[in-house]
Amino acid sequence: MWVKKDLLGLDDLTKEEIEFILATAESFKEVSSRSIKKVPALRGKTVVNLFYEPSTRTRVSFEVAAKRLSADVINISTETSSVRKGETLIDTGRNIQALNTDIIVIRHNCSGAALMLARHVDICVVNAGDGWHEHPTQALLDIFTLKEKFGKIDGLKVSIVGDIAHSRVARSNIWGLTKLGAKVTVCAPEMLIPVGIEQMNVRVTNDINDALKDADAVNVLRMQFERDAGGAFPKQLEYFKNFGITKERLKNAKKDIMIMHPGPLNRGVEIASDVADGDNSVILEQVTNGIAVRMAVLFLVAQARDKNSN
Amino acid sequence: MAQPKAVGFFVLDKETLARALTRMAHEILEKNKGAGDLCIVGIRKRGVYIAARLAGYIKKIEGAEIPVGTLDVTLYRDDLGLAEFQPAVHKTEINFDITDKNIILVDDVLFTGRTIRAALDALIDLGRPKTIQLAVLIDRGHRELPIRPDYVGKNIPTSQKQSVAVRLEESDGVDEVLIVEKAE
Repeated sequence: MWVKKDLLGLDDLTKEEIEFILATAESFKEVSSRSIKKVPALRGKTVVNLFYEPSTRTRVSFEVAAKRLSADVINISTETSSVRKGETLIDTGRNIQALNTDIIVIRHNCSGAALMLARHVDICVVNAGDGWHEHPTQALLDIFTLKEKFGKIDGLKVSIVGDIAHSRVARSNIWGLTKLGAKVTVCAPEMLIPVGIEQMNVRVTNDINDALKDADAVNVLRMQFERDAGGAFPKQLEYFKNFGITKERLKNAKKDIMIMHPGPLNRGVEIASDVADGDNSVILEQVTNGIAVRMAVLFLVAQARDKNSN
Repeated sequence: MAQPKAVGFFVLDKETLARALTRMAHEILEKNKGAGDLCIVGIRKRGVYIAARLAGYIKKIEGAEIPVGTLDVTLYRDDLGLAEFQPAVHKTEINFDITDKNIILVDDVLFTGRTIRAALDALIDLGRPKTIQLAVLIDRGHRELPIRPDYVGKNIPTSQKQSVAVRLEESDGVDEVLIVEKAE
Protein backbone atom coordinates (compact mmCIF):
# COMPACT_ATOMS: atom_id res chain seq x y z
CA MET A 1 0.00 0.00 0.00
CA TRP A 2 1.30 3.48 -0.85
CA VAL A 3 -0.22 6.73 0.52
CA LYS A 4 2.50 9.38 0.14
CA LYS A 5 2.21 12.14 -2.45
CA ASP A 6 5.99 12.65 -2.44
CA LEU A 7 9.07 10.49 -2.61
CA LEU A 8 11.75 12.43 -0.75
CA GLY A 9 14.09 9.70 0.45
CA LEU A 10 14.42 6.16 1.70
CA ASP A 11 15.21 7.32 5.24
CA ASP A 12 11.54 8.05 5.91
CA LEU A 13 10.12 4.95 4.23
CA THR A 14 9.25 1.70 5.94
CA LYS A 15 10.53 -1.66 4.77
CA GLU A 16 7.02 -2.43 3.50
CA GLU A 17 6.82 0.79 1.49
CA ILE A 18 10.16 0.07 -0.17
CA GLU A 19 9.06 -3.46 -0.99
CA PHE A 20 5.79 -2.18 -2.43
CA ILE A 21 7.63 0.17 -4.81
CA LEU A 22 9.93 -2.69 -5.88
CA ALA A 23 6.97 -5.02 -6.50
CA THR A 24 5.19 -2.35 -8.53
CA ALA A 25 8.35 -1.72 -10.54
CA GLU A 26 8.55 -5.41 -11.36
CA SER A 27 5.15 -5.17 -13.04
CA PHE A 28 6.17 -2.06 -14.96
CA LYS A 29 9.32 -3.63 -16.36
CA GLU A 30 7.32 -5.66 -18.86
CA VAL A 31 5.87 -2.50 -20.46
CA SER A 32 9.30 -1.49 -21.81
CA SER A 33 9.66 -4.82 -23.60
CA ARG A 34 6.48 -4.36 -25.65
CA SER A 35 6.42 -3.16 -29.22
CA ILE A 36 4.14 -0.33 -28.08
CA LYS A 37 5.99 0.83 -24.98
CA LYS A 38 3.18 2.80 -23.43
CA VAL A 39 0.35 2.44 -20.94
CA PRO A 40 -2.30 5.10 -20.29
CA ALA A 41 -1.90 5.22 -16.50
CA LEU A 42 -0.83 8.91 -16.28
CA ARG A 43 -2.68 10.18 -19.34
CA GLY A 44 -3.48 13.88 -18.90
CA LYS A 45 -0.90 14.39 -16.16
CA THR A 46 2.07 16.72 -16.49
CA VAL A 47 5.49 15.94 -15.07
CA VAL A 48 8.01 18.76 -14.68
CA ASN A 49 11.70 17.91 -14.49
CA LEU A 50 13.26 20.75 -12.50
CA PHE A 51 17.02 20.30 -12.54
CA TYR A 52 19.37 22.67 -10.72
CA GLU A 53 22.34 20.43 -11.42
CA PRO A 54 23.52 18.85 -14.65
CA SER A 55 22.18 15.35 -15.28
CA THR A 56 21.69 13.24 -18.34
CA ARG A 57 20.93 9.77 -17.07
CA THR A 58 18.47 10.62 -14.32
CA ARG A 59 16.63 13.30 -16.26
CA VAL A 60 16.29 11.20 -19.40
CA SER A 61 15.27 8.19 -17.33
CA PHE A 62 12.49 10.16 -15.60
CA GLU A 63 11.42 11.58 -18.96
CA VAL A 64 11.24 8.15 -20.59
CA ALA A 65 9.41 6.75 -17.54
CA ALA A 66 6.82 9.55 -17.60
CA LYS A 67 6.28 9.20 -21.35
CA ARG A 68 5.80 5.44 -21.11
CA LEU A 69 3.01 6.22 -18.65
CA SER A 70 1.50 8.64 -21.21
CA ALA A 71 2.22 11.75 -19.12
CA ASP A 72 3.35 15.03 -20.68
CA VAL A 73 6.86 16.09 -19.71
CA ILE A 74 8.40 19.53 -19.39
CA ASN A 75 12.12 19.92 -18.76
CA ILE A 76 13.39 22.99 -16.94
CA SER A 77 17.10 23.39 -16.66
CA THR A 78 18.06 26.29 -14.45
CA GLU A 79 20.72 27.67 -16.77
CA THR A 80 18.03 28.82 -19.16
CA SER A 81 15.29 29.75 -16.67
CA SER A 82 14.30 32.62 -14.41
CA VAL A 83 16.30 31.03 -11.61
CA ARG A 84 19.10 32.95 -13.27
CA LYS A 85 17.19 36.15 -12.50
CA GLY A 86 17.07 35.30 -8.82
CA GLU A 87 13.77 33.46 -8.43
CA THR A 88 13.67 31.36 -5.27
CA LEU A 89 13.01 27.64 -5.26
CA ILE A 90 9.66 28.11 -3.51
CA ASP A 91 8.52 30.73 -6.02
CA THR A 92 9.59 28.54 -8.91
CA GLY A 93 7.70 25.62 -7.39
CA ARG A 94 4.53 27.62 -6.84
CA ASN A 95 4.65 28.90 -10.40
CA ILE A 96 5.02 25.38 -11.73
CA GLN A 97 2.04 24.36 -9.61
CA ALA A 98 0.02 27.33 -10.92
CA LEU A 99 0.44 25.84 -14.40
CA ASN A 100 -1.77 22.98 -13.16
CA THR A 101 0.97 20.44 -13.38
CA ASP A 102 0.97 17.28 -11.30
CA ILE A 103 4.48 16.12 -10.42
CA ILE A 104 7.78 17.95 -9.93
CA VAL A 105 10.94 15.88 -10.23
CA ILE A 106 13.64 17.94 -8.56
CA ARG A 107 17.43 17.71 -8.60
CA HIS A 108 19.14 20.33 -6.44
CA ASN A 109 22.62 20.92 -5.07
CA CYS A 110 21.29 21.69 -1.56
CA SER A 111 20.43 18.88 0.84
CA GLY A 112 16.78 19.17 1.89
CA ALA A 113 15.67 21.07 -1.22
CA ALA A 114 13.09 18.43 -2.18
CA LEU A 115 11.61 18.43 1.32
CA MET A 116 11.34 22.21 1.37
CA LEU A 117 9.66 22.25 -2.02
CA ALA A 118 7.23 19.52 -0.97
CA ARG A 119 6.18 21.60 2.04
CA HIS A 120 5.28 24.55 -0.18
CA VAL A 121 3.39 22.90 -3.02
CA ASP A 122 0.38 20.58 -3.10
CA ILE A 123 1.50 18.68 -6.18
CA CYS A 124 3.73 15.62 -5.97
CA VAL A 125 7.46 16.05 -5.44
CA VAL A 126 9.97 13.36 -6.37
CA ASN A 127 13.54 13.78 -5.20
CA ALA A 128 16.01 13.14 -8.02
CA GLY A 129 18.99 13.98 -5.82
CA ASP A 130 19.40 16.72 -3.19
CA GLY A 131 22.95 17.72 -2.35
CA TRP A 132 24.77 15.08 -0.33
CA HIS A 133 21.53 13.86 1.20
CA GLU A 134 19.47 11.37 -0.82
CA HIS A 135 18.94 10.03 -4.31
CA PRO A 136 16.10 7.61 -3.60
CA THR A 137 15.28 6.42 -7.12
CA GLN A 138 18.93 5.53 -7.76
CA ALA A 139 19.03 3.43 -4.59
CA LEU A 140 15.70 1.83 -5.47
CA LEU A 141 16.97 0.81 -8.89
CA ASP A 142 20.18 -0.53 -7.34
CA ILE A 143 18.16 -2.58 -4.87
CA PHE A 144 15.77 -3.68 -7.64
CA THR A 145 18.75 -4.93 -9.68
CA LEU A 146 20.18 -6.77 -6.66
CA LYS A 147 16.81 -8.35 -5.93
CA GLU A 148 16.38 -9.41 -9.54
CA LYS A 149 19.66 -11.29 -9.48
CA PHE A 150 19.77 -12.66 -5.93
CA GLY A 151 16.04 -13.10 -5.35
CA LYS A 152 16.18 -11.38 -1.97
CA ILE A 153 18.01 -8.61 -0.14
CA ASP A 154 17.92 -10.05 3.37
CA GLY A 155 21.39 -11.30 4.30
CA LEU A 156 23.14 -10.02 1.16
CA LYS A 157 26.60 -8.53 1.63
CA VAL A 158 26.88 -5.30 -0.29
CA SER A 159 30.00 -3.12 -0.35
CA ILE A 160 29.82 0.52 -1.34
CA VAL A 161 33.17 1.84 -2.49
CA GLY A 162 34.14 5.41 -3.18
CA ASP A 163 33.38 8.92 -2.10
CA ILE A 164 30.97 8.08 0.72
CA ALA A 165 31.22 11.56 2.23
CA HIS A 166 29.73 13.41 -0.71
CA SER A 167 27.47 10.67 -2.00
CA ARG A 168 23.68 10.84 -1.81
CA VAL A 169 23.64 7.52 -3.67
CA ALA A 170 25.56 5.92 -0.82
CA ARG A 171 23.25 7.36 1.83
CA SER A 172 20.03 6.28 0.10
CA ASN A 173 21.49 2.84 -0.57
CA ILE A 174 22.53 2.41 3.06
CA TRP A 175 19.08 3.36 4.34
CA GLY A 176 17.27 1.16 1.85
CA LEU A 177 19.56 -1.86 2.02
CA THR A 178 19.80 -2.00 5.82
CA LYS A 179 16.01 -1.71 6.14
CA LEU A 180 15.69 -4.75 3.90
CA GLY A 181 18.23 -6.71 5.93
CA ALA A 182 21.41 -6.44 3.84
CA LYS A 183 24.82 -6.21 5.45
CA VAL A 184 26.48 -3.08 4.13
CA THR A 185 30.18 -2.26 4.13
CA VAL A 186 31.49 1.15 3.09
CA CYS A 187 35.02 1.54 1.83
CA ALA A 188 36.94 4.71 1.04
CA PRO A 189 40.09 6.65 1.92
CA GLU A 190 39.78 7.90 5.50
CA MET A 191 39.21 11.48 4.30
CA LEU A 192 36.08 10.44 2.39
CA ILE A 193 34.41 8.53 5.24
CA PRO A 194 32.03 10.83 7.10
CA VAL A 195 32.28 10.93 10.87
CA GLY A 196 29.57 8.89 12.57
CA ILE A 197 28.71 6.73 9.55
CA GLU A 198 28.83 3.61 11.81
CA GLN A 199 25.56 4.79 13.33
CA MET A 200 23.88 3.90 10.04
CA ASN A 201 24.56 0.23 10.78
CA VAL A 202 27.38 -0.20 8.32
CA ARG A 203 30.84 -1.70 8.57
CA VAL A 204 33.65 0.69 7.68
CA THR A 205 36.94 -0.25 6.11
CA ASN A 206 39.78 1.55 4.35
CA ASP A 207 41.04 -1.65 2.75
CA ILE A 208 39.59 -2.35 -0.68
CA ASN A 209 40.52 -6.04 -0.53
CA ASP A 210 38.64 -6.37 2.74
CA ALA A 211 35.59 -4.73 1.15
CA LEU A 212 35.66 -7.07 -1.85
CA LYS A 213 36.48 -10.32 -0.06
CA ASP A 214 33.06 -11.66 0.99
CA ALA A 215 30.82 -9.26 -0.92
CA ASP A 216 27.91 -10.51 -3.05
CA ALA A 217 27.88 -7.17 -4.81
CA VAL A 218 29.97 -4.04 -4.95
CA ASN A 219 28.48 -0.67 -5.76
CA VAL A 220 31.28 1.48 -7.15
CA LEU A 221 30.64 5.19 -6.73
CA ARG A 222 31.90 7.86 -9.05
CA MET A 223 34.68 10.05 -7.67
CA GLN A 224 32.95 13.42 -7.64
CA PHE A 225 35.97 15.61 -8.21
CA GLU A 226 33.70 18.60 -8.84
CA ARG A 227 32.71 18.50 -5.15
CA ASP A 228 36.26 18.69 -3.89
CA ALA A 229 36.54 22.06 -2.23
CA GLY A 230 39.24 21.50 0.37
CA GLY A 231 41.80 19.21 -1.23
CA ALA A 232 40.56 16.10 0.59
CA PHE A 233 40.53 14.11 -2.62
CA PRO A 234 43.39 11.93 -3.71
CA LYS A 235 44.77 12.35 -7.18
CA GLN A 236 43.05 10.24 -9.82
CA LEU A 237 45.93 7.83 -10.36
CA GLU A 238 46.55 7.52 -6.66
CA TYR A 239 42.89 6.62 -6.11
CA PHE A 240 42.91 4.03 -8.88
CA LYS A 241 46.03 2.46 -7.48
CA ASN A 242 44.60 2.12 -3.97
CA PHE A 243 40.85 1.72 -4.50
CA GLY A 244 40.17 1.11 -8.20
CA ILE A 245 38.17 -2.04 -9.00
CA THR A 246 40.42 -4.14 -11.24
CA LYS A 247 40.43 -7.71 -12.52
CA GLU A 248 43.47 -8.34 -10.32
CA ARG A 249 41.66 -7.27 -7.15
CA LEU A 250 38.56 -9.27 -8.05
CA LYS A 251 40.60 -12.49 -8.05
CA ASN A 252 40.18 -12.57 -4.29
CA ALA A 253 36.44 -11.83 -4.45
CA LYS A 254 33.50 -14.18 -5.00
CA LYS A 255 33.50 -15.45 -8.56
CA ASP A 256 30.04 -14.11 -9.37
CA ILE A 257 30.34 -10.81 -7.48
CA MET A 258 27.98 -8.28 -9.01
CA ILE A 259 29.56 -5.02 -10.15
CA MET A 260 27.34 -1.95 -9.99
CA HIS A 261 27.95 1.72 -10.77
CA PRO A 262 25.42 4.56 -10.81
CA GLY A 263 27.19 6.33 -13.68
CA PRO A 264 28.68 8.31 -15.23
CA LEU A 265 31.81 6.17 -15.28
CA ASN A 266 35.31 7.49 -14.73
CA ARG A 267 37.13 4.66 -16.46
CA GLY A 268 40.55 4.11 -15.00
CA VAL A 269 39.73 6.10 -11.86
CA GLU A 270 37.26 4.14 -9.72
CA ILE A 271 36.84 1.19 -12.09
CA ALA A 272 38.94 -0.45 -14.77
CA SER A 273 37.44 -0.63 -18.25
CA ASP A 274 37.59 -4.40 -18.50
CA VAL A 275 35.65 -4.68 -15.23
CA ALA A 276 33.03 -2.10 -16.22
CA ASP A 277 32.45 -3.99 -19.48
CA GLY A 278 32.99 -7.46 -18.01
CA ASP A 279 30.63 -10.35 -17.37
CA ASN A 280 29.96 -9.42 -13.75
CA SER A 281 28.93 -5.87 -14.60
CA VAL A 282 25.23 -4.97 -14.45
CA ILE A 283 25.81 -1.28 -15.06
CA LEU A 284 23.61 -1.08 -18.15
CA GLU A 285 20.92 -3.30 -16.61
CA GLN A 286 20.77 -0.73 -13.82
CA VAL A 287 19.94 1.91 -16.42
CA THR A 288 17.17 -0.27 -17.89
CA ASN A 289 15.76 -1.04 -14.45
CA GLY A 290 15.79 2.66 -13.60
CA ILE A 291 12.91 3.20 -16.00
CA ALA A 292 10.70 0.57 -14.37
CA VAL A 293 11.48 1.94 -10.90
CA ARG A 294 10.75 5.53 -11.91
CA MET A 295 7.53 4.51 -13.65
CA ALA A 296 6.45 2.85 -10.42
CA VAL A 297 7.35 5.91 -8.33
CA LEU A 298 5.61 8.39 -10.63
CA PHE A 299 2.53 6.17 -10.81
CA LEU A 300 2.31 5.62 -7.06
CA VAL A 301 2.74 9.25 -5.98
CA ALA A 302 0.23 10.47 -8.60
CA GLN A 303 -2.29 7.86 -7.54
CA ALA A 304 -1.83 8.71 -3.86
CA ARG A 305 -2.41 12.39 -4.52
CA ASP A 306 -5.53 11.74 -6.61
CA LYS A 307 -6.89 9.55 -3.88
CA ASN A 308 -6.15 12.07 -1.12
CA SER A 309 -7.90 14.85 -3.01
CA ASN A 310 -11.11 12.82 -3.42
CA MET B 1 -14.43 -8.32 -4.51
CA ALA B 2 -14.58 -8.73 -0.75
CA GLN B 3 -15.17 -12.20 0.54
CA PRO B 4 -18.63 -12.11 2.07
CA LYS B 5 -19.73 -14.71 4.57
CA ALA B 6 -21.70 -17.41 2.84
CA VAL B 7 -25.12 -15.89 3.34
CA GLY B 8 -26.64 -16.09 -0.08
CA PHE B 9 -27.84 -18.71 -2.48
CA PHE B 10 -25.83 -21.04 -4.63
CA VAL B 11 -25.87 -20.51 -8.36
CA LEU B 12 -23.21 -23.01 -9.32
CA ASP B 13 -21.49 -25.77 -7.41
CA LYS B 14 -18.46 -27.84 -8.35
CA GLU B 15 -20.30 -30.09 -10.85
CA THR B 16 -22.42 -27.42 -12.55
CA LEU B 17 -19.41 -25.12 -12.81
CA ALA B 18 -17.38 -27.86 -14.49
CA ARG B 19 -20.22 -28.60 -16.90
CA ALA B 20 -20.59 -24.91 -17.79
CA LEU B 21 -16.87 -24.61 -18.55
CA THR B 22 -16.91 -27.81 -20.62
CA ARG B 23 -19.79 -26.46 -22.67
CA MET B 24 -18.01 -23.14 -23.17
CA ALA B 25 -14.88 -24.97 -24.36
CA HIS B 26 -17.00 -26.83 -26.93
CA GLU B 27 -18.65 -23.60 -28.05
CA ILE B 28 -15.27 -21.88 -28.45
CA LEU B 29 -14.00 -24.76 -30.60
CA GLU B 30 -17.19 -24.86 -32.64
CA LYS B 31 -17.21 -21.15 -33.37
CA ASN B 32 -13.50 -21.03 -34.22
CA LYS B 33 -13.58 -24.28 -36.18
CA GLY B 34 -10.90 -25.89 -34.00
CA ALA B 35 -8.01 -24.68 -31.92
CA GLY B 36 -5.74 -23.26 -34.65
CA ASP B 37 -4.76 -19.60 -34.09
CA LEU B 38 -6.58 -19.70 -30.78
CA CYS B 39 -5.14 -18.05 -27.64
CA ILE B 40 -6.68 -17.58 -24.22
CA VAL B 41 -6.04 -14.53 -22.07
CA GLY B 42 -7.34 -14.36 -18.51
CA ILE B 43 -7.93 -11.13 -16.62
CA ARG B 44 -6.41 -11.00 -13.13
CA LYS B 45 -7.30 -12.42 -10.78
CA ARG B 46 -9.92 -15.16 -11.20
CA GLY B 47 -10.13 -14.86 -14.97
CA VAL B 48 -6.64 -16.33 -15.02
CA TYR B 49 -7.76 -19.55 -13.35
CA ILE B 50 -10.81 -19.88 -15.57
CA ALA B 51 -8.61 -19.30 -18.63
CA ALA B 52 -6.28 -22.10 -17.56
CA ARG B 53 -9.24 -24.44 -17.01
CA LEU B 54 -10.74 -23.63 -20.42
CA ALA B 55 -7.38 -24.36 -22.02
CA GLY B 56 -7.36 -27.68 -20.14
CA TYR B 57 -10.81 -28.65 -21.44
CA ILE B 58 -9.86 -27.63 -24.97
CA LYS B 59 -6.79 -29.82 -24.75
CA LYS B 60 -8.93 -32.71 -23.57
CA ILE B 61 -11.42 -32.28 -26.39
CA GLU B 62 -9.14 -31.36 -29.26
CA GLY B 63 -5.73 -32.56 -28.09
CA ALA B 64 -4.25 -29.17 -28.87
CA GLU B 65 -2.09 -27.11 -26.52
CA ILE B 66 -3.09 -23.46 -26.86
CA PRO B 67 -1.17 -20.48 -25.48
CA VAL B 68 -2.52 -18.96 -22.25
CA GLY B 69 -1.67 -15.44 -21.06
CA THR B 70 -2.41 -13.20 -18.11
CA LEU B 71 -3.59 -9.62 -18.34
CA ASP B 72 -3.43 -6.99 -15.59
CA VAL B 73 -5.72 -4.10 -16.51
CA THR B 74 -4.95 -1.81 -13.56
CA LEU B 75 -3.09 0.75 -15.68
CA TYR B 76 -5.99 0.95 -18.11
CA ARG B 77 -8.80 1.42 -15.60
CA ASP B 78 -10.99 4.51 -15.92
CA ASP B 79 -11.38 4.84 -12.16
CA LEU B 80 -7.72 5.11 -11.13
CA GLY B 81 -7.63 7.63 -8.33
CA LEU B 82 -11.40 7.38 -7.88
CA ALA B 83 -11.46 3.89 -6.48
CA GLU B 84 -11.76 3.64 -2.74
CA PHE B 85 -9.10 0.99 -2.60
CA GLN B 86 -5.85 1.38 -4.42
CA PRO B 87 -5.39 -1.56 -6.74
CA ALA B 88 -1.87 -2.99 -6.78
CA VAL B 89 -0.28 -3.27 -10.19
CA HIS B 90 0.59 -6.81 -11.20
CA LYS B 91 2.36 -8.24 -14.17
CA THR B 92 0.90 -8.77 -17.58
CA GLU B 93 2.33 -12.04 -18.87
CA ILE B 94 1.53 -12.70 -22.47
CA ASN B 95 4.56 -14.48 -23.88
CA PHE B 96 3.26 -14.93 -27.41
CA ASP B 97 2.46 -12.63 -30.31
CA ILE B 98 -1.26 -11.92 -30.39
CA THR B 99 -1.21 -10.44 -33.89
CA ASP B 100 -3.59 -12.29 -36.26
CA LYS B 101 -4.69 -14.61 -33.45
CA ASN B 102 -8.19 -15.31 -32.22
CA ILE B 103 -8.10 -14.22 -28.60
CA ILE B 104 -10.53 -15.59 -26.06
CA LEU B 105 -10.62 -12.97 -23.30
CA VAL B 106 -11.73 -14.51 -20.03
CA ASP B 107 -13.10 -13.04 -16.82
CA ASP B 108 -15.13 -14.44 -13.94
CA VAL B 109 -18.02 -11.95 -13.72
CA LEU B 110 -19.29 -9.55 -16.38
CA PHE B 111 -20.97 -6.56 -14.71
CA THR B 112 -20.61 -2.93 -15.92
CA GLY B 113 -18.26 -3.84 -18.77
CA ARG B 114 -15.60 -1.35 -17.68
CA THR B 115 -12.99 -3.98 -16.90
CA ILE B 116 -13.50 -5.47 -20.35
CA ARG B 117 -13.16 -2.02 -21.95
CA ALA B 118 -9.81 -1.63 -20.15
CA ALA B 119 -8.78 -5.15 -21.17
CA LEU B 120 -9.55 -4.46 -24.84
CA ASP B 121 -7.32 -1.37 -24.77
CA ALA B 122 -4.58 -3.30 -22.99
CA LEU B 123 -4.74 -6.15 -25.52
CA ILE B 124 -4.68 -3.89 -28.54
CA ASP B 125 -1.56 -2.18 -27.16
CA LEU B 126 0.14 -5.57 -27.45
CA GLY B 127 -0.69 -6.22 -31.08
CA ARG B 128 -3.50 -6.57 -33.61
CA PRO B 129 -5.47 -9.75 -33.02
CA LYS B 130 -7.72 -11.12 -35.76
CA THR B 131 -10.62 -11.30 -33.32
CA ILE B 132 -11.20 -10.84 -29.62
CA GLN B 133 -14.01 -12.93 -28.16
CA LEU B 134 -15.29 -12.61 -24.63
CA ALA B 135 -15.92 -15.57 -22.33
CA VAL B 136 -17.31 -15.04 -18.83
CA LEU B 137 -18.37 -17.49 -16.18
CA ILE B 138 -21.19 -15.27 -14.93
CA ASP B 139 -23.08 -12.48 -16.72
CA ARG B 140 -24.93 -10.53 -14.07
CA GLY B 141 -26.25 -7.69 -16.24
CA HIS B 142 -26.15 -3.91 -15.47
CA ARG B 143 -23.91 -2.99 -18.38
CA GLU B 144 -22.70 0.61 -18.57
CA LEU B 145 -20.89 0.17 -21.89
CA PRO B 146 -21.89 -1.49 -25.18
CA ILE B 147 -20.15 -4.80 -24.44
CA ARG B 148 -21.61 -8.30 -24.73
CA PRO B 149 -20.07 -11.72 -24.11
CA ASP B 150 -19.65 -14.43 -26.77
CA TYR B 151 -19.60 -17.33 -24.29
CA VAL B 152 -21.42 -17.35 -20.96
CA GLY B 153 -21.28 -19.94 -18.21
CA LYS B 154 -24.49 -18.73 -16.63
CA ASN B 155 -26.70 -15.69 -16.93
CA ILE B 156 -27.79 -14.49 -13.51
CA PRO B 157 -30.18 -11.56 -13.26
CA THR B 158 -29.16 -9.60 -10.16
CA SER B 159 -30.07 -6.36 -8.47
CA GLN B 160 -27.51 -3.65 -7.78
CA LYS B 161 -27.82 -4.46 -4.10
CA GLN B 162 -26.49 -7.94 -4.65
CA SER B 163 -23.01 -9.08 -5.45
CA VAL B 164 -21.77 -12.24 -7.07
CA ALA B 165 -19.10 -14.21 -5.26
CA VAL B 166 -17.08 -16.53 -7.47
CA ARG B 167 -14.86 -18.89 -5.53
CA LEU B 168 -12.40 -21.15 -7.23
CA GLU B 169 -10.23 -23.90 -5.85
CA GLU B 170 -7.07 -22.18 -7.07
CA SER B 171 -7.68 -19.05 -4.99
CA ASP B 172 -10.38 -19.90 -2.46
CA GLY B 173 -10.10 -23.65 -1.96
CA VAL B 174 -13.61 -24.40 -3.21
CA ASP B 175 -15.54 -24.25 -6.49
CA GLU B 176 -18.80 -22.34 -6.07
CA VAL B 177 -20.71 -19.27 -7.16
CA LEU B 178 -23.10 -17.49 -4.84
CA ILE B 179 -25.33 -14.46 -4.93
CA VAL B 180 -24.87 -12.40 -1.82
CA GLU B 181 -26.91 -9.50 -0.47
CA LYS B 182 -24.61 -6.55 0.18
CA ALA B 183 -24.68 -5.10 3.65
CA GLU B 184 -26.53 -1.76 3.74
